[in-house]
Amino acid sequence: MSQMILNAALIYAQVALGAAACLAGLRILHGPRAQDRVLALDTLYIVAMLLFLVTGMRLGSLFLFEAAMVVAVMGFVASVALAKFLFRGEVIE
Amino acid sequence: MTDLPVWLSLLIAAFLVLGSTLALIGAWGFLRLRSFYDRLHAPTLATSWGTGGIVIASMLLASWTQDRIVMHEIVVGAALLATVPVTLMLLGRAALHRDRSEGSTEVPAARTPDTTPPSDAPLKEPR
Repeated sequence: MSQMILNAALIYAQVALGAAACLAGLRILHGPRAQDRVLALDTLYIVAMLLFLVTGMRLGSLFLFEAAMVVAVMGFVASVALAKFLFRGEVIE
Repeated sequence: MTDLPVWLSLLIAAFLVLGSTLALIGAWGFLRLRSFYDRLHAPTLATSWGTGGIVIASMLLASWTQDRIVMHEIVVGAALLATVPVTLMLLGRAALHRDRSEGSTEVPAARTPDTTPPSDAPLKEPR
């Protein structure tokens, strides 16, 4: 019984996060300007990281959690670099 | 994981559904809203309670299956809490800068730069 509830919730979470990633991908494809695309990439990073966490819960594995941590940090660095590029036209001055 | 009690699985399922639904609503709003400055707010649904719900659910499940309190996931939540506002602030400022440099009329104009030095500025020595 409890196993069934947990499985249903995990499957629902995976489907919802996958749909959220698809919506962010749509915004990357036809976002009118560069800042929309950067923001959509940031959203995609965060949703993918949440998907890693949920998949890790489902498989009971610890490796996906470490991958999620790396994705979170890398997403921050990438978004800051891209925002800096939009600001100045170059990343390192 | 076979002897998971029903109340705990219901709690974990509630947090999972809360987190993933908020992430989905945030992404949907991100696609629907009109201007960039509106859209800037939508993904914060996923980064605040979207992440919070999934992190809490993951901690509860790991703590039950490993028979000890597992707090690793706090690191991910804290990292997101600290980094996402910085990213969104930078992006908003970059978009404002780009709109102003194009002469767009939809954003408020920049204030004229304040030329008086701050009161604690070091005095310039005449050479």
